[in-house]
Order: sequence, then structure tokens, then C-alpha cells
Amino acid sequence: MANKLIDLISISKSYGNNIILDDMNLYLNENKFLTLLGPSGCGKTTTLRILGGFETPDKGQILFEGRDITALPPNQRNLNTVFQKYALFHHMTVAENIAFGLKIKKKSKAYINDKIKYALKLVNLDDYENRTTESLSGGQQQRIAIARAIVNEPRVLLLDEPLGALDLKLRQDMQYELIRLKNELGITFVYVTHDQEEALTMSDTIVVMNQGYIQQIGSPEDIYNEPVNAFVADFIGESNIIPAIMLEDKLVNILGANFPCVDEGFGHNKPVDVVIRPEDIDLVPPEQGLLTGHVTSLIFKGVHYEMEVMANGREWLVHSTDLSPVGKEVGIFVDPFDIQIMNKPESEDEQAVVLSE
Amino acid sequence: MVKKTAQRFYIILILLFLYAPIITLVGLSFNQSKSISRWGGFTTKWYTSLFENDAILSALYTTLTIAFFSAFIATIIGTIASIAINSMKRLPRTILLGITNIPMLNADIVTGISLMLLFIGLHYTLSFSSVLIAHITFNIPYVILSVMPKLKQTSRNTYEAALDLGASQLYAFFKVVLPDIFPGILSGFLLAFTMSLDDFVITHFTKGPGIDTLSTKIYTEVRKGIKPEMYALSSLLFVTVLILLILLNRRTNKDKATDFTKK
Amino acid sequence: MNNKRKKYLAFPYVLWMAAFIIIPLFMIIYYGLTNRNRQFTFENLTIIAEPSNLKALWLSLKLSTLSTILCLILAYPLASILTKIKMKNKSILVFIFILPMWMNFLLRTLAWQTLLDKNGVINTVLTFFHLPLINIINTPGAIILGMVYNFLPFMILPIYNTLSKIDSSVVDAARDLGANEFQTFLRITFPLSLPGVISGITMVFVPALTTFVISDILGGSKILLIGNVIEQEFKYANNWHTGSGLSLVLMVFILISMALVSKYDKESEGNIW
Repeated sequence: MANKLIDLISISKSYGNNIILDDMNLYLNENKFLTLLGPSGCGKTTTLRILGGFETPDKGQILFEGRDITALPPNQRNLNTVFQKYALFHHMTVAENIAFGLKIKKKSKAYINDKIKYALKLVNLDDYENRTTESLSGGQQQRIAIARAIVNEPRVLLLDEPLGALDLKLRQDMQYELIRLKNELGITFVYVTHDQEEALTMSDTIVVMNQGYIQQIGSPEDIYNEPVNAFVADFIGESNIIPAIMLEDKLVNILGANFPCVDEGFGHNKPVDVVIRPEDIDLVPPEQGLLTGHVTSLIFKGVHYEMEVMANGREWLVHSTDLSPVGKEVGIFVDPFDIQIMNKPESEDEQAVVLSE
Repeated sequence: MVKKTAQRFYIILILLFLYAPIITLVGLSFNQSKSISRWGGFTTKWYTSLFENDAILSALYTTLTIAFFSAFIATIIGTIASIAINSMKRLPRTILLGITNIPMLNADIVTGISLMLLFIGLHYTLSFSSVLIAHITFNIPYVILSVMPKLKQTSRNTYEAALDLGASQLYAFFKVVLPDIFPGILSGFLLAFTMSLDDFVITHFTKGPGIDTLSTKIYTEVRKGIKPEMYALSSLLFVTVLILLILLNRRTNKDKATDFTKK
Repeated sequence: MNNKRKKYLAFPYVLWMAAFIIIPLFMIIYYGLTNRNRQFTFENLTIIAEPSNLKALWLSLKLSTLSTILCLILAYPLASILTKIKMKNKSILVFIFILPMWMNFLLRTLAWQTLLDKNGVINTVLTFFHLPLINIINTPGAIILGMVYNFLPFMILPIYNTLSKIDSSVVDAARDLGANEFQTFLRITFPLSLPGVISGITMVFVPALTTFVISDILGGSKILLIGNVIEQEFKYANNWHTGSGLSLVLMVFILISMALVSKYDKESEGNIW
């Protein structure tokens, strides 16, 4: 890891009896898009605020290129934040907002003007210099907040649910824009969100958090296809999470039926959790299925049909472009590659983390 | 930590500054000597003689009556006006709120003189009722400015939802809108009551001979020497309000606590 | 009730305000610009140029300006500390500053006579600590103290209100963009609290400029402010025309402060302090 940029070491933080972060370790690489993903109260925003310098951890260290910045106030850190509700200065014009950081650093007038022009162009708001911030739409305010941060040429840009207040279409446009920005600027983005789709679309690396613990770190593909526990599986997209028994290597018993799979090394007759994505379940004629059941509900979702199938005492969620009407007898078949085996939570603590969701 | 201690110290210093005269007055109410600058020993006799002093008791009665009725009438006029202003377009609304601001921003002495000139110009005898009218006038703005923010917070939708569910307009207003803005109305009333109670200048100019509020009575006594019964009465009033406030605060805190458990 | 009909509910209020706010103000203008024979004249205004009146006006302006500045200096730090206090029920703070009003304002002011007396409480404490004694009763100093004492809450509350409305993420943003604590205050917090400061300034300056009670009680009867001059014209000289004329002069200053407020107070309609 030659290009490790920021290193968070054993960070703990609590408010009163409320533990927000517990012994967290995380590092960021240069020029990456890293997303902290989790439900509200998982500690993702606190992590971001600790990075920005707005909170001091109770324990632990933050290293920036090997230098300890734990006690450094926000104004002396080489990173900038885009706040959730933009936090624009409403008593200043757009240009004054963008110039704020540069004026503090006593840059020359010409330099500042160039930077304002450049930043506005970058966020597609050329010629907005003299507008008041209150005359802008939510999306435009967000772009100004980004422009205001990036003119300071931070090494890392922290974004705290920046798209949360925008409507769906605008949010999707801004996602592509953020990816473009990151590539043009060549800096690291740390992005906080509770929206799994946002995380999957934009990130190089996703950090899934819950109740102050990191649950899984990995690429979007890893996180989606190989969730390490039921919480991650459930939080990232829809899935069937089913208790099962690992009979031997490459064979798992799910609700009484044997399914071939590709996982090894779980031992013999070991209780596990199985994750199967709804789009990975094939509905086949009853005699070809590993299990049989009947369709109990059918909803048209646009791209696909969403069906629920009652089989061996459990509702199975199935996504398919082929329609099977309610009441129809079907067989369930899952390709061995599409079955993801997870260990049952071992300690009670871990259990609690998972169950509380 | 040092900073925090310094901040605490500063708050205490300012509170001491604000409350020192009040403590002094309570002290004076137990002073045997009638002098305001000499301690003549502890006594409670002013508290007993207070209830034999008809002049003070009648001033108290006038003060409380004016405070109550002026606050009450101002609350009614002010609340109705707030509802109307809230539904107005920008321009008339700005004009009306501008006029509302006049008695609050204007000097009391100017308000008092202007009302006095009006009453005299109309050959209206300066009396109890002229003081009452004056107090209602300067109280209405306090009510409006307490009710307006609440009214703005109240969503139009709840009122419309009530209509949608079959309520009549009047029923919807009394059962949905009024409970919503009631805290604003109450604080407007209390504020108006307090302002009326504490007023001297406007009463001074609009009262006729023969009627006195506590304020005007005290003013005429300033030169001659204040009767110690006045300190006793003021202390009683202050302590009563203090206790009421503490009880009220306790209750709202309790309400909040139960709300919290419900969640 | 639809909006069209709702607005007629303002009728009693409009009538009341017209009768008891607007017309009375015109009465002052009428009296101020006429003499006893109902003839138009400016002499009630020019009488302000008489040395004794000019002296009173000048003293009023001086003392009220000084006490306004003192109030601002005392109130701003206090308001800013109060916003940072973590408390369940913040409305109690406002009560603490309104509560003294339940003790009559004349008596509270009078109590300063006791406190400031040569052998009074304050000097006793000062003697105990071997500090120099203060002897300001019946001086302009005592009047300033009385003004600051009486009007300080009207400076604290509006500043506290604007400060507590400032979104903390805006302050965070300024720090994030490189501003240190002092720069953040200068460029963000203070400009954003300006509406509160302006409204506090007028709420202290106007009553201080026009008071006649505080100078009466704490200044002895020797020190005359413009408020005393006007009060005497009405209550003792019975010269309403001169009194109204001087009030009109006084109102020029009041109008200037009101204009300032409305300029900075565009959207905060419906907030008292």
C-alpha cells in the first residue's frame, strides 16, 4: 500500500453511554472513490466529521500521509467537506462563497477570479458569479457547495449525503457528475450515504457500517455478490437470507432440500446462513426443481416481475422477466455459483448487531 | 475547562447585575427603618400593614384589572388579526405588520403623549377606560408577534384535512387550528399582561386624576419616600410569579418526559 | 373560510390601530406645527435650538449611545455563551430575562439608589476588598447604569435569537474552508447575527434616548434629559404645542432607527425580539 493517504487507527467515539464508533480501523488510498454506507446511526457521519476535524475521537489516531493530524483543527487540514444541507453562506454571493477559502489563504485577486471561473465551469454553472445563493435551486446550491470546496485543491473531498435533498432524476444525474468530477480532479472522495444504489454506482470501495462497526469493506461487486453476513446481504439490495446446514464441502441443505454449491471449508453439518439474490432464482417446471412450491404473489416492476413463492414453509423472493401466475406450481433451481454461504454470527455482540436491523 | 469556568462566571455576573435590585427590594421589605439606605433591623410588620393600606390595595386592584382586561382584549383582537394577516398577500401584510411594529419601536413617551392628545382632542375624559384603551393598543402587537410564528408553522393541510373529513369551517378552526396555535396565544397573553403590569410611562400620560396604578403611585412617592408596604407588595408579587413559573416549568418538563417514554 | 373572506377578520384590528396609533401620531404633528391660536408655525421645532433644550438633547444622545454600546458589549458574549449551553428547555432562558419585569420597573430602578448609596451594599463590599469606593449616585454615570440595567434584556434576547438560528454546519463550513475561530466569527457568525444586533440596538437606544424616569430617579432632579423636558412641558407647563414640537424632533431619531431595523429585518416578520 504505497499510496495509503489517510489511516484511521483504532478510532473510538461515544456520546455519554452511546457508543458511536468502536475501535474502528480504516485507510484511504489516493485518487479513489470510497463510500461509507450504512443505516442512520451507524457511525458513518461521525467518521466523516472525525476526518474533517469537527469531532475528536475519544481514542485512536488519524494519520495523513503518516503525519498525526488527530488534534489538528479543521482549518489546518488539507481536506474539504461538502455538507448535507450545503451550508452555503447566504449573506454572500456565489462568487464570494467560492472565494471564501482562497481569501483566507490570501491568494491574489487574479488567481481567485480564475479559480471561480474554473470551478463554476467544472460544475456547469458558468456565469452564476453574482447570483445570490438563495435564488438557486437545491441542485445548483449543491454544485456551488462542491465548487466552494474544490477550489481549495484539497487532497480529499468529504461528502456528507450530498444528494439526499435532491429528487430522483437530479440525484442520478449528479451521481455521474460526481464520478466525472473525481476523475477530472484526481483526488480522493469520501462519500457518506445510506442509499445502496448510490454507493454501488459511484464507488471504487464501499465500507458497510452498522452500529459503530465496519461490517465489510470491498468493491461494489464483492459487496453485492459476496456479502459476509446477513446484515450486509440485507442492506445491499434485496435477498433471500435463509438458515441452512452445510452438509459437506460443496453441498448445503436448505429447508430440507440439498443444493449443490461452490463453497468449501465450513466443515460437516454446520449451521450457516445462505444468501440467494432474487434474480438468481430460476423458476422451472416442478419436476426439474430442487424444491417445489407455488406462486403466492405477483407484481409487475417494469424491468422484471417480482414474485413470491411459498416452498418448504418459507416465502422465496424471485425476480424474473418470465411471468408465472399466482397459484402456479413451480420448481426452484439455483445455480451453484449463485449460492453465497455465510457463517452464523458467533458472538452475541455480533448477533445483536445483525438482529437489530 | 478554564474557558467554561470563565463563561459560567460571566453568566452569574450578569444575572447578579439583573437580580441585585430585586434582592435589595425584598431586603427592604423586611427593613424596620423606613429609610432606603439604613438597615433598622428585621421586621415583617410591612406585610401585615400592607393589608390595611387601602390606597395601595386599590392601586393593586386597578393594576391587575387593567393588566388582565387589556391583555385579554388584546389577545382576542390580536389573534383574529393574525389569522387575517396570515392569509393576506405580501403587500397588505407588510403594511399591516409595519403598523404593528410602530408601538413597539416607538418611544413610550411619544405613544403616551399621542394618545393623551387624542383623548383630549375628542374631549374624552382621562380615566380608567383611557388607560385601558392605551394598554390594549400597545399590547396587541405583542400578541400578534407571538401568534404569527405559530400560525406560520401550522400547515394549511391540517385545516384542509379536517374539512376533507367532514368538519365545518368553524369546527375545523376550533378543533384543529386553535389547539395548534394555542401556545402562541397563551404566551402572547402572558407577555401582554407582563407589559401592562410593568408600564409606567403610557399610564402616566393617559390616566386621569383619582386613579392610580402601582406604577403611577410609586412615581408620586419617589420624592416623598416610598411606603415600605410597597416593597412588601412587590416582593409578594414577584415571589408568586416566580413560584408559578417554577411549577409551570416542572409541569412542562414532566409532560416532555412522558412524551419521551411514549416514543 | 377562504382567504378572501378571512382577510376581513383584520377589520377590528385595522380600525383599532388607525384610531389609536395613526390618528394620535397625526395629533402630535398637528400640535407640533401649530401654536395656541391654531396657527401654523415652526417655532415649536426651532425651540430645540435653545441652549437648555439643546443641552438636554445632546446629553440624551450621549448617554443613550454610551449605554447602547455598553449593552452590546455586555450582551453579545452572553448571548453567544447562552447559545452554546446544552439545555433541555431553552425557553427558560428567555424567562430568566423577562422575570425581573414582574418587579415594578420604578422600584427596580429605585433599588439602585440603595445599592449605589455612599454607605450602600456595593460600597460595603468594595470596602471589604479594600477597593476604591464608587460615588456615582445623582451623576450621569448612575443614569447610564440605570439604562444599561433596564434595557440589557432587550439587547440579549434578539442577539440570542439570531445566534441560535445560525446553522452550525455553516460555521463548520467556514472552519473547513480554512478560517480560524476569529476569522469565522468576523466573516460568518457576526454578519449573520447582524439583524439581531441592529434590532437590539434600536430596542435599547430608543427607550434610553427618550426616558425621563431613569434620569428622574437616579440623576437627582438636576440632570435633565430631553425626555424630562418634554414631560415637564406636558405635565407642569401645560404647553402641549412645545411638547409636541420637541417630540417631533425626537421622532426624527426614532424614525432613523426604525428605518435601520426594517432594512435589516426584511423577512423576520413575526418575531418579537
